[in-house]
Amino acid sequence: MSEITSRVALVTGGSRGIGRAIAELLAGHGHQIAINYVSNEVAAAEAVAAIEAAGGTAIAVRGDVGDQEAVDALIKDVQDRLGPVEILVNNAGITRDDLLMRMRPEAWDDVMQTNLKSVYLCSRAVMRGMLRGRWGRIVSLSSVAGVYGNPGQANYAAAKAGIIGFTMSLAKEIGSRGITVNAVAPGFIATDMTAALGDDVATAAAEKITLGRLGLPEEVASAVGYLASEDASYITGQTIVVDGGLAL
Amino acid sequence: MERSQIEAKLTDLLVDELGLERDDITMEAKFEEDLDVDSLGVVELLMALEDNFDVKIPDEEAEKITTVGEAADLVNQKLNG
Repeated sequence: MSEITSRVALVTGGSRGIGRAIAELLAGHGHQIAINYVSNEVAAAEAVAAIEAAGGTAIAVRGDVGDQEAVDALIKDVQDRLGPVEILVNNAGITRDDLLMRMRPEAWDDVMQTNLKSVYLCSRAVMRGMLRGRWGRIVSLSSVAGVYGNPGQANYAAAKAGIIGFTMSLAKEIGSRGITVNAVAPGFIATDMTAALGDDVATAAAEKITLGRLGLPEEVASAVGYLASEDASYITGQTIVVDGGLAL
Repeated sequence: MERSQIEAKLTDLLVDELGLERDDITMEAKFEEDLDVDSLGVVELLMALEDNFDVKIPDEEAEKITTVGEAADLVNQKLNG
């Protein structure tokens, strides 16, 4: 690995699941971590404590990343406390699954706001600092649902596919300034979000996965950590699928 | 700050921050057409103006700027009313 420079990293939705694994991994790489959360203060405090116990630096910053004012406030908060955000991980996401025939407009709008508008808002808010520093890493969490589709997840899949288009476009806009923009598309990963689907769904999913099991949050985090690193300096506009061979 | 000082400082910024040739810079020069500054470069210039002149340039005003002179006008207006 290249020599590590300590950077300021913001992980949205970083208190639990994949986000927390990403926060811990980036902290392990020597970066200072801002863990964004919206409601679970206890989980955020636990994530901060875990990083500090391991000798790292972390703060928790509250705010709804789908809301412009909240985003501007939280980015400023991170800047005041740690410095300009140099690594942004757009991880915050929710599901409001339903068959399209039954999907209410709120279920569509909530998912779009939290999963896609947040990516636009947070990326725009950190852009100025990254342009000034002539260095930046933006890594957004897409999903296999956004690559292959998934019944009952038209809203989620649309938002996650939107992230891929956003990633390619922004990569082209700011590539000349030393800022890379990439996405990671996890498959079935063992988190609260997939646990909510039930054991039957998990078992059925595992049968379709080449590696025969659900993934771990840490296995997604390692891909994010790589894209956020100096080592990935020549990779931009890409979506790395981390799904244990789901589509093979 | 006098208008002439603003123009001189702006010219320095264009040379230092955007790597332009000093001889190419006139107040009439258009950023994108004459100076080959891309749209992101104009955004970066505005950020540099904010930092160096200690002014705030809202996006809707920034969007109207196409020439070096217009950038100087805007800073002049912010500083001297």
